[in-house]
Amino acid sequence: MESLWLLIPLSVGVALAIVGVFAWALFGGQFDELDAEGTRILDPVDADQPAPGSPPEQSSRMDTPAGTGR
Amino acid sequence: MSGSAAVEVFDDGAVRGFTIAAVVWGVVGMLVGVIIAAQLAWPELLGGIPWLSYGRLRPLHTNAVIFAFGGCTLFASSYYVVQRTSQVTLFAPWLAKFTFWGWQAVIVAAAVSLPLGFTQGKEYAELEWPIDLLIAVVWVSYAIVFFGTIATRRVRHIYVANWFFGAFILTVALLHIVNSAALPVGAMKSYSVYAGVQDAMVQWWYGHNAVGFFLTAGFLGMMYYFIPKQAGRPVYSYRLSIVHFWALIFTYMWAGPHHLHYTALPDWAQSVGMVFSLVLLAPSWGGMINGVMTLSGAWHKLRDDPILRFLIVSLSFYGMSTFEGPMMSIKTVNALSHYTDWTVGHVHSGALGWVGLISMGTLYWLVPRMFGRTTMYSIPAISLHFWIATIGIVLYIAAMWIAGVMQGLMWRAVNPDGTLVFSFVESVKATWPFYVTRFVGGALYLTGMLVMAWNVWKTAMSGRPEVVRVPLPQTATA
Repeated sequence: MESLWLLIPLSVGVALAIVGVFAWALFGGQFDELDAEGTRILDPVDADQPAPGSPPEQSSRMDTPAGTGR
Repeated sequence: MSGSAAVEVFDDGAVRGFTIAAVVWGVVGMLVGVIIAAQLAWPELLGGIPWLSYGRLRPLHTNAVIFAFGGCTLFASSYYVVQRTSQVTLFAPWLAKFTFWGWQAVIVAAAVSLPLGFTQGKEYAELEWPIDLLIAVVWVSYAIVFFGTIATRRVRHIYVANWFFGAFILTVALLHIVNSAALPVGAMKSYSVYAGVQDAMVQWWYGHNAVGFFLTAGFLGMMYYFIPKQAGRPVYSYRLSIVHFWALIFTYMWAGPHHLHYTALPDWAQSVGMVFSLVLLAPSWGGMINGVMTLSGAWHKLRDDPILRFLIVSLSFYGMSTFEGPMMSIKTVNALSHYTDWTVGHVHSGALGWVGLISMGTLYWLVPRMFGRTTMYSIPAISLHFWIATIGIVLYIAAMWIAGVMQGLMWRAVNPDGTLVFSFVESVKATWPFYVTRFVGGALYLTGMLVMAWNVWKTAMSGRPEVVRVPLPQTATA
């Protein structure tokens, strides 16, 4: 089962990398204010389109000026 | 608020391209699926033309629906979500454009080479080595664009959907490179560097993680952005979404051996695969419940909003297939189900129900916004699509469940003297009505996709691409 000699170290390596990235996220403050983060994507400033029920136009939209196409 | 002279805009060119490509390839991939479903019921349908035989069209179908339809939806949604949640434009827009054209080139190369018979013979990794190299280049570019955008983000917190997209991109790169390692012996011929059961183990380490990361983690990224957006409510528990992510990606990596039960793979490796597959039920259902409960207190929205119906019903199929999968990985159950059409039914409850419906819901969100509109051209057509697709899925998976269990029971039935009760061809004959039912279900699903293509066409024609300014965050880096 030579392939297990490749796959097991590879999977253990990936698992350790997962632990490492998790530690970075944890101690880097990614999870400090979780209650607020879930709602942030619904903030108007984060949205270029109105959420259902809100006014149809948002100030974050603009017409296409010539020359700034892409 | 905006003081800078040069206005930064979102780079939606690649998003728009991938969105349209997803719809086009969806129609093509599902059409090929319906053709091969018909071939199983009526084998002489295409007159025995070798390039159109089942064995060549089947990998074309799987590659087209997974990597072309699913892949383009993943590219489109990840590029859209990472820009909006990071409040920054794409990193290296030219590279994003390259990923679009490179990925289309991969798809066209697959559509030409597979019917011609060029294959590495590895399920879901059939493409020959020159195409594999192109995939690797495109995928590394994708990772640079995605993680570059994360690195230049204006919002300190990385939204949970991006974690799922990021894990999907990194893992698929690793899987593809390890599993596709091959020695070329000609322009379109190569041999895997692994052999025998080792090759099988590498293949299913790849295969199952492709399911776990390409077809699950990436689409969960869509779920965590587009369900809250469409419902207008935050995800039920943001904390649970974080637990869901870490538990899921840690567990998936070890489940592959369940594809090799009762083979030459060592027994202990099979058991490890089975145990991790059973553990997977917990994070999968945690995530499914989290997504569905986002509608808690607002269930009425399901009544009037067909897009939300696509998104939520996709989660119920996700829950069904992530329950069915662990059960099928139990060795004694697998002894009955393996090599039967039950497996095909299981795959399609995940593919048509989960991946297909959440992709369609996501595309129905993206398409109008890519053409300066707030809604699709026809809302009733979305509703029509939903019902046709759902009826098609139910017909498909019910037919395959019955056929699969029947085949398993027929194959294992023995007379008192130890001889088989049924010959193989008797089980094929008994399966015929279910193959026809499956064809009808698949044809309905394709019909729904055609309704979608018409609706997307009308939406695109009645709108025009609009440039969207990156809003300057008020509470950016805390």
